Formats: sequence, structure tokens, C-alpha cells
Amino acid sequence: MIKFENVSKKYGSTPVLDELSFEIQQGEFVVLIGPSGCGKTTTLKTINRLIEPNAGKIYIDGKDITDMNPVELRRGIGYVIQQIGLFPNMTVEQNIAVVPKLLKYPKDKWQAIVHDLLEMVDMPYEENAHKYPSELSGGQQQRIGVLRALAASPPIILMDEPFGALDPITRDTLQDEVRRLQKKLKKTIVFVTHDMDEALKMADTIVFMNEGKILQMASPEEMLHNPAHPIISGFMGKQIDSRSNGLTAGDVMRTRVVKAARNNQTLKSIELMKSRDVDTLIVINEDDTYAGIVTIGDLRARGRGGMEIGELITDAAPVVNVADDAQEAFDALLTSSTSYVIVLNDDNTVAGLITKTSMTRAMGEVLWGDVTS
Amino acid sequence: MNMFSLTLEHMYIVFIAVAIAVVLGVFLGVIAYWIRYLDSIILWITEIIQTIPSLALLALLMIVFGLGNTTIIVGLVLYALMPIARNTYIGLQDVEPHLKDAARGMGMTKLQRLVKVELPLSFPLIFSGIKIATVNSLSVAVMGVLIGAGGLGFPVYRGIQTNSLTLILSGAIPVVLMALIFDYIMSRIERRLTLRASDGRK
Amino acid sequence: MGGCDVVTFINFMIENQREITNNLFRHIELVGISVFVGIIISIPLGILLSRHKKLAGVVLAVTGTIQTIPGLVMLGFALIFLGIGMLPALVVLSLYAILPILRNTYTGITEVDPSYTEAARGIGMTNMQMLFKVELPLALSSIIGGIRISTVYIVSWATLAGMIGAGGFGDPIWTGLATYNTGLILSGAIPSAILALILSGLIGLLQRILTPRGLKGVRV
Repeated sequence: MIKFENVSKKYGSTPVLDELSFEIQQGEFVVLIGPSGCGKTTTLKTINRLIEPNAGKIYIDGKDITDMNPVELRRGIGYVIQQIGLFPNMTVEQNIAVVPKLLKYPKDKWQAIVHDLLEMVDMPYEENAHKYPSELSGGQQQRIGVLRALAASPPIILMDEPFGALDPITRDTLQDEVRRLQKKLKKTIVFVTHDMDEALKMADTIVFMNEGKILQMASPEEMLHNPAHPIISGFMGKQIDSRSNGLTAGDVMRTRVVKAARNNQTLKSIELMKSRDVDTLIVINEDDTYAGIVTIGDLRARGRGGMEIGELITDAAPVVNVADDAQEAFDALLTSSTSYVIVLNDDNTVAGLITKTSMTRAMGEVLWGDVTS
Repeated sequence: MNMFSLTLEHMYIVFIAVAIAVVLGVFLGVIAYWIRYLDSIILWITEIIQTIPSLALLALLMIVFGLGNTTIIVGLVLYALMPIARNTYIGLQDVEPHLKDAARGMGMTKLQRLVKVELPLSFPLIFSGIKIATVNSLSVAVMGVLIGAGGLGFPVYRGIQTNSLTLILSGAIPVVLMALIFDYIMSRIERRLTLRASDGRK
Repeated sequence: MGGCDVVTFINFMIENQREITNNLFRHIELVGISVFVGIIISIPLGILLSRHKKLAGVVLAVTGTIQTIPGLVMLGFALIFLGIGMLPALVVLSLYAILPILRNTYTGITEVDPSYTEAARGIGMTNMQMLFKVELPLALSSIIGGIRISTVYIVSWATLAGMIGAGGFGDPIWTGLATYNTGLILSGAIPSAILALILSGLIGLLQRILTPRGLKGVRV
């Protein structure tokens, strides 16, 4: 489907891509990963000719892309970027319909597309189509960013660290959604990230790059089993350590969470939740120790302007210690009404959060075998 | 006609006017900042003055103040108020809240906070307002000749009356040169001020 | 001004109604034509400069210098080189109208966040489509702001242009100044001030109406 043949790119005398050759199959989810400056984003941008290589050829379906008009080429390739880049002067509907309109689809056709796509990500048309990007949360904006890329049903979609600026919980949801959409719509996706967790979760094939060259191109399982280079093992260090013996809660948690001090005002907290697209805040005391959680529901039901959220916290979420056995956290997760477990350090400060996704990922790594250092 | 003394007089008129406008403009900016419900009124009035055509404003002022340097100075002050008052107001508002809090926490009074913390931190922006006012005033002051004031407007107007390009240029060139020189020097000072104060601002 | 003077003034205005209406139309004509010429030159030039940043520095410096030349001097030049009447005035006024619109068009376009232009190119917009669908809409508010500044300037410079026989509200002011006729001065000064305020207000309103809802309160 997409074929790189000895593709090189130099900026001045610094090589960014060095005789790159590889092939991507139709319907494949390929993740480009590597240290910053490894050329992964450059590789991505050569596919829609935002960057032109100095040497080598790129073929899509056997056609040399330099023979194609770049504008037409791009209209046939979806493009999602980290900064989202939704046009602020257009509504959600206009943003999604941009490419179909460029392609002169009739109105009823592009309207149907907008309806269907919004439906697919559970953002009802009536509620969302006429909003402007500034009226959406970051997570919702990037959903629309993805839909814009899908709108003209291009067979190929390029995604450049699309979830890099989102908070962990939102990122998790969007990763699931994109994976689901990809399976359903059978798109070929080329995805750039610097987050190995994300690569392992999303990819059919991971392309690990360093200094403009491919160090290894393999399935996630294969890369975990047999990393071809010390740099790759280094990148996956965290995954390997956690499998040395019995897993602890600390091994299966995610560490980036949205915390708020208990003296935060209710209104400010609602703003914070909106901006981070979460429905729960972890509340901490002045000395950083865990105080409880507060949900958007609590705030709406019982909060009044000027009230501090400390008055509204509950202890609804199960709590485990960072050194506790992962099994304990697993049980707590399954039996709790909340979809997460709070992990505390010995001094009762918040260490992280275990979600179903973080747990599944950790368990998956265990199942993939005994890669020990 | 002594060009040197005319240039000096031109500068003198502009400096007096800008000096008065700085005192008044900063005062208005502070009032707008301190008394929230006055802010839009103050900024609105200075903007309206700015909108009045200069010839119309000067002619109106002449009716009240008569002929002479006073009238052009009053006119220049009125025109210079807007950039100075507005920049003072914006500058004061944009001082980092944590610095304001720190000053309050140290037990400073409102006036102490203003003089010791808020105005010094706003100074780069206020200075930029003063620059705009100065460069603008140098040019507008030429019109003083129409209401009996001195300065470089005199040779320009005489040149227009006698159809003499030389006379017009002899007034115009010093004015434009002064405007460019002041703009250049004050922009450099502004940049240095901004760099130095950049950690105290949003 | 005492109460009696106000009455005198109003009487004067009523007596000279015809004259004042003529001045108004001529003033609007002067402002309308020169701002229009300013727009026609500045917006395409601003777009062009946003594509050639090196050239932009030079052009903006030159137009900035023109802007510091006092109005009286420019009119003096016009008088000497082009003579008296409406046409020389229009040449000078149009020249003054250029800079604010040019500068605001240029900064409006160059300050569009690069993520929008990258997205626009990435999804396959041509340069023209990117300009008309993304860059100009995002710069529109800034461009209209420039037109507003130009208009206010030009209403002001147009009163000066009375000096070279362009007509408009400058006419009675100049005659009034020469003959110390307060009534004449007021009959030009007050309406010209009101005209400037009304035009400024109207364009400000237009700016607010034309700013898309998604951009209000948002820095681009």
C-alpha cells in the first residue's frame, strides 16, 4: 500500500532520514516511534508531501507520489496533528465537512457524513454540530480532529502525536476509540508517538527509528520479546522491570493524574474538570496527602458558588498502597462502583491511578512472556 | 527664521505636553485600575478624544484658550492621554497575581503596592505608551502654527502660503527626523525594559 | 460656552443647513474614496507581504516613515506638485489610509497560529483555499480594526485638506480660523467630530458582527 524506497532527507548537511525503505500493508496500523529527532515525524510528513525528500521514492498503491498533485494527494489522505488545528472560525460541522466540500460533495452527502461520524463517537449531531471548537473540551476537539480526517473516507490516515497534549484518562478513551474505528473502517493508519505504552496498545506493527534509520520493524509482541537494539530495550525499560516477579499496584498504575487542593472553589474545579475532560478530581490536603475524590455529579448536586471542594469529597474510590500486590488492586477494581483505584505512597500522598486499561496493559505484558534483563 | 530655535521650541512644546500627559494619563490609568466601574468610562472618553479630528479639536480649543502655545499644548495633552492611560491600565492589570498577593501578604498598603510593585512592573508598557504619544505629538505639533503657536509648523505653513518647497522641507525634515530618532531610541529603551521585567509579567 | 451661545450656535447651524449638508457629503466622499483606495491597495499588498517576510520589513518601515510626515507637510507637497482641489487631496488621503490597513492585514495573517495552516495544507487545501477559508477569516477582525483606524485618521486629515480646496468640514474651519469666526469654526469642527465618532462606532460594530462566534474572546 505505502512503500518507501531508499528515502533520504537532509537539512543542510544533517541527515534526518537515511536511505529509509519499508512497506506498509493495507489496513495496517503502523506506529512510528523513537527518541526525539529520530525522523519519525519527518517520515510521516513525506507521505502527504508536506516534506519532500532529497532522494528516494515513495509509492502509494504502486504510484510514485511525486507524480501526483500534492493537493489532490493530501485530499486522499487524512491528517491529524497534536495541536488539533480545528479551524476556530468554523463550527464542528463545517470543520468535519471541510474536505468533502473541497471535493465538491453535494450538500446532502456531506451532511449525512457529518451525522454518521458524530454518531460514531457518541457526540449527538443536534448537541454538537453547531458548536465552535472553543466551546469543546480538549478531548472533544481531538475527536472532531479525527473525524475531520475520516470525513472524505480516505484509505490512509496520518496521525502526528494526536493525543500527546491530552490528559491520561482522555487519551486512554481516544486510543480505544481510534483503534475501534480503525478495525471497523479498515483504514491504513500511520501514527507517530514517543510513548511506548501507546505504541504497544495501538500498533499492528511498530517501526522503531533512530537517527533517520529503522532499528526494528516488528509486531508489539515481537518487539517486547526480542528487542533488536539496546536503545529499544531502554525505551521499554519500564515494561521489562515490572515483570521480574510478582506485580505490585505501583507497576500497573498510571502516574499522571489530575489532582486538586481541597481549598479549591467549586466553580474553579468544574472549570478544571472541563478543561481536562475528566469527571472526577483527586483531592489532596495541604500536605499533599490524599483527602478523597469529588465527582462532577457531586459538584453539580451539592456544590454552591464559593464553597470549597473539601466539603464535598467522598471516599467512594477504593484505595491501595503502592507496594500492595497487584491482585489486590485488581479485585478492588472489579468490585468497586468506580472505574478506578487510587494508589497511595507510604506517606499517604497520591502515587497514581489504576484504570482498567492500565491494568490490562500490565497483565498483557506478563502474558507475553519472560523478557527479563 | 532661525531653524535651530524653531526646532528647540517645537521640542519644548512637545516635551511639556508629554510631561503633563504622563502625569495625567498614569493618574487616569491608576484610577481606572483601582475603581473598576470607572475603567470603561475613562478608556472610552480618552478614545473619543483621540477620534476627534485634530484640526477640529485645535480650532475648538482656540475658541476657549485663545491663540498661542498654551492651546497647542492642551491639544497635544488630550491626544496623548489615550495611549498612556490605556497602557497604564493594561500594564497594571497584567502584573502577575502572585506578585500582587505577595505584596499584600507583606503588609503593604494599596498605595505602597502601587508605587513599589505594580507601577514598576508595568513601566515597560507605560513607556511604550509614552513613546507612541511622543512620536505622535511631534507630528501633530506642526499644526500649532494654525492657532498661533511656534515651532516647526511655522516654516511649513509659510512655505505653503508662498508655494516654497524649500521652506516646507526646512520645517518637515527636522520634524520627521526627530520622530524617527525618538521612535528608534525609545524603542530600544522599551525593549531593554521589557526584557528586564519579563519575569514579573504574565 | 454659555446657554446663550448654544442657542446662537444652533441658529447658525440651522441658517447654514444647506452649506453644512454639502460639506457633510463632500467629507464623506473624501473619506469613502480614500479609504476604499486604501483597502484596494493594502489588503492584496498585505497578503503578498505575508508571503514575503523579508520584503515586509522594508515596506512596513517605508510606509511607517510616511506616516510620521505631518499632514500639513503632505498637503503642502500635494499643493506644490499637484495643485489645489479634490484630486490632490484624495492622493494624500489615500496614501495615509494605506498603512493601518496594510499593517493590520499583515499582522493578522502572520499571527494565525501555524497549527491551522499546517492542518489546512495537510488536508489538501490549495494556497488560495487556505487564504480564503482559513487565513483571511481568522485575520478579518484585525483587518477591519485597521480600516477603522484608517477611517478615523482620514476623517481628521480630510478636515486639513480644506486647506487645498478639497471642501468638506475643513472648509468652514479654515475660513473660521482665518477670520476668527467662531460660528464657522464650530459648524465644521462639531459635525466632523461627530462624523468621526459615528464612523468609528459603526465600523466597530461591523467588526463585532463579522467576528465568527467561535473566535470571540479567543486569541488566535
